[in-house]
Amino acid sequence: MNAPTYNFAYLDEQTKRMIRRAILKAIAIPGYQVPFASREMPMPYGWGTGGVQVTAAILGPDDVLKVIDQGSDDTTNAISIRKFFGKTAGVATTTSTTDATVIQTRHRIPEASLHAGQVLVYQVPIPEPLRFLEPRETETRRMHALAEYGLMHVKLYEDIARFGHIATAYAYPVKVNARYVMDPSPTPKFDNPKMDNCAALQLFGAGREKRIYAIPPYTTVVSLDFEDHPFTRYRFNAPCALCGADDSYLDEIVTDDKGGRMFVCSDTDFCEQRQAAGHHGTESAAPHKEKAHV
Amino acid sequence: MTTIAEMPAGFADKVLSAQSTFRSVMDAIARPGSVQRVAADVGTPAGMMRGAAAIALTLFDHDTPIWLDGAMSATPDVARWLKFHASAPVVADPSIASFALIGDAANLPALERFAFGSSEYPDRSTTLILQVDSLTQGPAFELKGPGIDGSAVLQAMIKPSDLFQRLSINEALFPRGIDVVLVHDDSIVAIPRTTRLIASGV
Amino acid sequence: MYVAVKGGERAIENAHRLLAHERRGDRDVPEVTLAQISEQLALGVDRVMTEGSLYDRELAALAIKQARGDMIEAIFLVRAFRATLPRFGATEPVNTGEMQVRRRISSTFKDVPGGQILGPTFDYTHRLLDPQLAEGFVPEQPETAEASQAATPRVTDILGRDGLIESSPQADSDAPVGDLTREPLSFPADRDLRLQNLARGDEGFLLALGYSTQRGYGRNHPFAGEIRFGEVEVELFAEDVGFAVPLGSIELTECQMVNQFKGSTTEPPCFTRGYGLAFGQSERKTMSMALVDRALRAGELGEEVGAPAQDEEFVMSHSDNVQSTGFVEHLKLPHYVDFQSELGLLRKLRQEFAEANQAVELQEAAE
Repeated sequence: MNAPTYNFAYLDEQTKRMIRRAILKAIAIPGYQVPFASREMPMPYGWGTGGVQVTAAILGPDDVLKVIDQGSDDTTNAISIRKFFGKTAGVATTTSTTDATVIQTRHRIPEASLHAGQVLVYQVPIPEPLRFLEPRETETRRMHALAEYGLMHVKLYEDIARFGHIATAYAYPVKVNARYVMDPSPTPKFDNPKMDNCAALQLFGAGREKRIYAIPPYTTVVSLDFEDHPFTRYRFNAPCALCGADDSYLDEIVTDDKGGRMFVCSDTDFCEQRQAAGHHGTESAAPHKEKAHV
Repeated sequence: MTTIAEMPAGFADKVLSAQSTFRSVMDAIARPGSVQRVAADVGTPAGMMRGAAAIALTLFDHDTPIWLDGAMSATPDVARWLKFHASAPVVADPSIASFALIGDAANLPALERFAFGSSEYPDRSTTLILQVDSLTQGPAFELKGPGIDGSAVLQAMIKPSDLFQRLSINEALFPRGIDVVLVHDDSIVAIPRTTRLIASGV
Repeated sequence: MYVAVKGGERAIENAHRLLAHERRGDRDVPEVTLAQISEQLALGVDRVMTEGSLYDRELAALAIKQARGDMIEAIFLVRAFRATLPRFGATEPVNTGEMQVRRRISSTFKDVPGGQILGPTFDYTHRLLDPQLAEGFVPEQPETAEASQAATPRVTDILGRDGLIESSPQADSDAPVGDLTREPLSFPADRDLRLQNLARGDEGFLLALGYSTQRGYGRNHPFAGEIRFGEVEVELFAEDVGFAVPLGSIELTECQMVNQFKGSTTEPPCFTRGYGLAFGQSERKTMSMALVDRALRAGELGEEVGAPAQDEEFVMSHSDNVQSTGFVEHLKLPHYVDFQSELGLLRKLRQEFAEANQAVELQEAAE
């Protein structure tokens, strides 16, 4: 039988070269989606194959890798991806945001500020921010070429007319370096400001849709909005029940079927570091209050 | 004429050398103007600097047409080395090249002869790899753009001396354009199409 | 007190152990062998090879066993393995005209040179469950005869000789062979990439699309010009020796649909083609593929484009079952961070709605 043998970080060298070339173009053209010949990975499309290919193409033996899903190092898919690289590349792994050189993430940007030299790799399901307005690739590609983003503004404005707000709570579109409208992947819009002028390199991999894009360090990233309806962040207005943080994004934990719930940091490393430093929350349910958090 | 036995070596470690070189190039493009080093052990054909040879083995293969300038194609050594170690096709037409290796930058052809990509596919452009005289000494170039925190100063001896003036077409062309990697020995500096010259002095 | 969930790694390991246990099933029942799968579930193996884009019966059988008979999962396993294989080059185009035919039918002519050969087919079986097969059934030996030396020219070639069908495009042997597993797809796509996409496409998806063209969504009046199944030689041109070296033979099914004619002021009317090809015996797949291939040529042939099967982006973007299943099933992954953001927005909108209604009621009460 043709028994399989696998290369360092799983991908063969030719595939890595192809992905590496795409990454370099992506950094050179911030926010532009570079097509790449995404490979079939040993995990399903939609489960992080784009992020995994990007990570596999950049990872070296000196790297320290952190993998999070929903902000947590302990969600099953984060564990599965971390184990994959532990096994195929033998790299050191960590849960510490500060210690990591490469962080692969799904749906969150860590709370702790990222530093120069770090790379944040996002898993992206639908890289095209215009896809829900226009399903055809031929059309959306033309719109990007002409920087013709009127359709997106019309959509956002229709939300305001109908709901009084821009009704996009996650995957909130941004404009990168004043040129390309970009999908930040399905992160909550709370995280959008962290992308702006970030010291770390941000790479985005969409495996099924075969696109790689990037935000170089120190690059302007603006969330789309209107003068009379400025972009606002959202977080539940309560401190974390475990660490007391009042500026972190919170998970809502349902504790019973009688309306009981508590709010705790979604970024588990951030929360644990704070608890270790002596911060404590009330460990009780939060009052039900919410407001926009600017 | 070299035989296979005399052919300069490729990477000492194909996998890890390519990885570390790639990270240097990635860091260079992500932080324009910063000097990055290529640590990998690599053989070099006559006329090619270590940095350029390492980049070639890291990024070139049979999917990337390569254009060589007069200095690089003066002897068949570079083309044969590229074919042997990277299976990269050498092409005569710079407008279809993925990469152009420039050994004698003073005679850099007009940038219009290379590919700028299209508005729909600006990534289909030629990346220039330009060997220069120094990346630590010489005139100062103050740069700004994505990847740069405020501004960055590069001191370099670059021929052609008007390279940055020529690259200013990137501003009008964007998102089409030309990305450049400057190489001196094992040092590299990238000037992607988003980088702008603020000032230059001595 | 609430403690964040830990122990995911243990849970994953235990789930894998349990899966392995369930895969084996009752241990008193003998384990199925790869040879049994390959020999007795051969059409399943053919489908996995076709949609997995890898001609290896043994690995396909292994994949089916490992996937517990879940065909899409098996195709996925084969694809993931295929992605790691080095590429030595592209073979010479196979000549299906010289196929060692095991089955060959044409619905467009009563008889054709080389004859109609029924071969192994379900076509005229009465679909009655056969209790004999429940255990230990040994079928009779089939009738045999000397393999015919007569040529079996393709029906479309016979039509082509009289110019009644559009000529088959002759591939430029120097032009690179498109490969969507190595180049990102861009639209519009050439026919070589479309055919590759369809060959890898989900049989059920193509079946439904092909069927939709018959029901009027992009009707193109097809006839099954010919369906043939058998063995063909595969050759690779070896640069070192300067000639094509035989690598072996593979089993293929080919379907050529003969479709409604076209014509213009400069070209006389002639029939058009739809093409289907698959590994092994995969007739439903190749017929569906041929219908969809022809439908996708609508634009090129100057027909109105409107039906789903004629829409290149729609068809090619959704035909791949490994991609489709991954994205549909990814909804199983946690999405609670996004959901929380959405929940916050919804609560806010509801609160504002309630406040606005209250204000209206107060105003109405006051009037």
